[in-house]
Amino acid sequence: MIETKALTKSYGSAVVVDNVSLSLPRGGITSIIGANGAGKSTLLALISRLLTPTAGSVTVDGLDVATTAGDVLARRLSILRQDNHIAARLTIRDLVAFGRYPHSKGRMTAEDQRMVSEAISYLALDDIADRFLDEISGGQRQRAFVAMVLCQNTDYVLLDEPLNNLDMKHAVGMMKLLRRIADDLKKTFVIVIHDINFASIYSDRIVAMRDGIVVRQGSPAEIVRTDVLREIFGIDIAIHEVDGHRVGLYYL
Amino acid sequence: MLPIALGIAIVVSLALTSLFIGASDVTLSTLLESGWQDGPMQVLLISRLPRTLALILAGTAMAVSGTLMQMLARNRFAEPSTVGTVEAAKLGFLTVLIAAPGAPIFVKLIVASIFALAGTAIFLRILQRLPLHSTLIVPLIGILLGGVINAVATFIAYRFELIQSLESWSTGDFSMILSGRYELLWLAFALTVIAYLMADRFTVAGMGRDFTVNLGLDYRSVVSMGLIIVSVVTAVVVVTVGMIPFLGLVVPNLVSLTLGDNVRRTVPWVALLGAGLVLACDIAGRLINAPYEIPIGTMLGVVGSALFLHLLLRKHARLA
Repeated sequence: MIETKALTKSYGSAVVVDNVSLSLPRGGITSIIGANGAGKSTLLALISRLLTPTAGSVTVDGLDVATTAGDVLARRLSILRQDNHIAARLTIRDLVAFGRYPHSKGRMTAEDQRMVSEAISYLALDDIADRFLDEISGGQRQRAFVAMVLCQNTDYVLLDEPLNNLDMKHAVGMMKLLRRIADDLKKTFVIVIHDINFASIYSDRIVAMRDGIVVRQGSPAEIVRTDVLREIFGIDIAIHEVDGHRVGLYYL
Repeated sequence: MLPIALGIAIVVSLALTSLFIGASDVTLSTLLESGWQDGPMQVLLISRLPRTLALILAGTAMAVSGTLMQMLARNRFAEPSTVGTVEAAKLGFLTVLIAAPGAPIFVKLIVASIFALAGTAIFLRILQRLPLHSTLIVPLIGILLGGVINAVATFIAYRFELIQSLESWSTGDFSMILSGRYELLWLAFALTVIAYLMADRFTVAGMGRDFTVNLGLDYRSVVSMGLIIVSVVTAVVVVTVGMIPFLGLVVPNLVSLTLGDNVRRTVPWVALLGAGLVLACDIAGRLINAPYEIPIGTMLGVVGSALFLHLLLRKHARLA
């Protein structure tokens, strides 16, 4: 379980995450939604110790992320931020293999190698696994980054906009993959996502943020409703039921 | 495995060539004809062998330092002479030369290393505050910082009549290397070996802070370790043979083109190519104008800048 207690992050007088107390149970997919600047990415970075909170605390399975050793946490929780830029020329295989670093410390066993190959296959990167990161497309790079954090094989996986740069086919493929891993391997995903329909169809829980505050949380059925979405985003979205899923038409 | 064996063979043959080139007549036959205490053997042991070893050690260490600096600054054009490390080390030596001229060399080295460390840390601190991280702005700022430190050093050296010392640190030259005057370079080599053992950490650091923290490493301590290695290596090389320009820039970039930047994979090649290039330039410098010498600083200045221009201007150059 991930628990935040009165978590706050402010820059000067601007409060980006405001007194957030949240508990995310183990298992399944939790989507964090909200408008630009609502504090979603900052919340994710605080949970994963990439940012130090101004006040409050975060625990993962009871471990305080501020005081727990980095490598202990790295075997339990992984994080991929958005807009990653790696200047170093690494091949996809090299990058994914570094996902094993918290476990192998650089001495890769046959089991580590197997997991690297498996992660590469999961993301359908076999054909280009030996290409350098600066020789592939943005979408391929995004999949390589996701392969890396999956290869880290942690109970908790935090992804900030995992669908960045992905076309429709790969976006759907990514969500199906996360769903499958969550169901089969009992992993816990916490993702920041912009498309409310992906959040509605693929997640178990939705956490909605506005101005640094968690305004709503609940199942997709509770959140993906015209009145609730108006409160979160400030626009009217018609909700339709398609094959048992709630889908919002926000294009109109 | 085969290519690396070939690389080693080339460096060894360059090293052998370096042993038998010079004003004094040292060949296999003169060595065999004369005794242990005679001229040729003494020249070999006191001058030629130390010089050749110094070339290999300094070339290896400076090239690998370039690789480290590029990972730490996350920039292709970072190396000790483009981030202020070299200039800060010179200022350090100058300071200790004035404050405590009689201090043993190890004390001088420690002071210079601390200066080098501080200079490089200032550079990294400026980088953090930089709003835009254009690839070219990074080395420009480093060169600017180096220029400022150098100006201070030159002013002080001028006042204390130490311009000559400053010059000797600024231009790489192996002609003064004799037995007893190069052994510090083994320290630089030892640090290079440590860098190799820590290779994975530096690759991870090269991915940036977020990835490093995610993989459970303490970003600050990895960067600090890298900076210490780079600073001490630079201080050692600057005081024993003087600055070797372009080496840390050209060699890692050439290797990166084909092998990428996985430090564990590239370091053996960077080390070999660094040693080979320095050996080749030194040999050429001794042959072109024999019996006079062209210092390696000048040779590498020409060869290195040509290679560097090639890297910049080649087709599909990626400035990333």
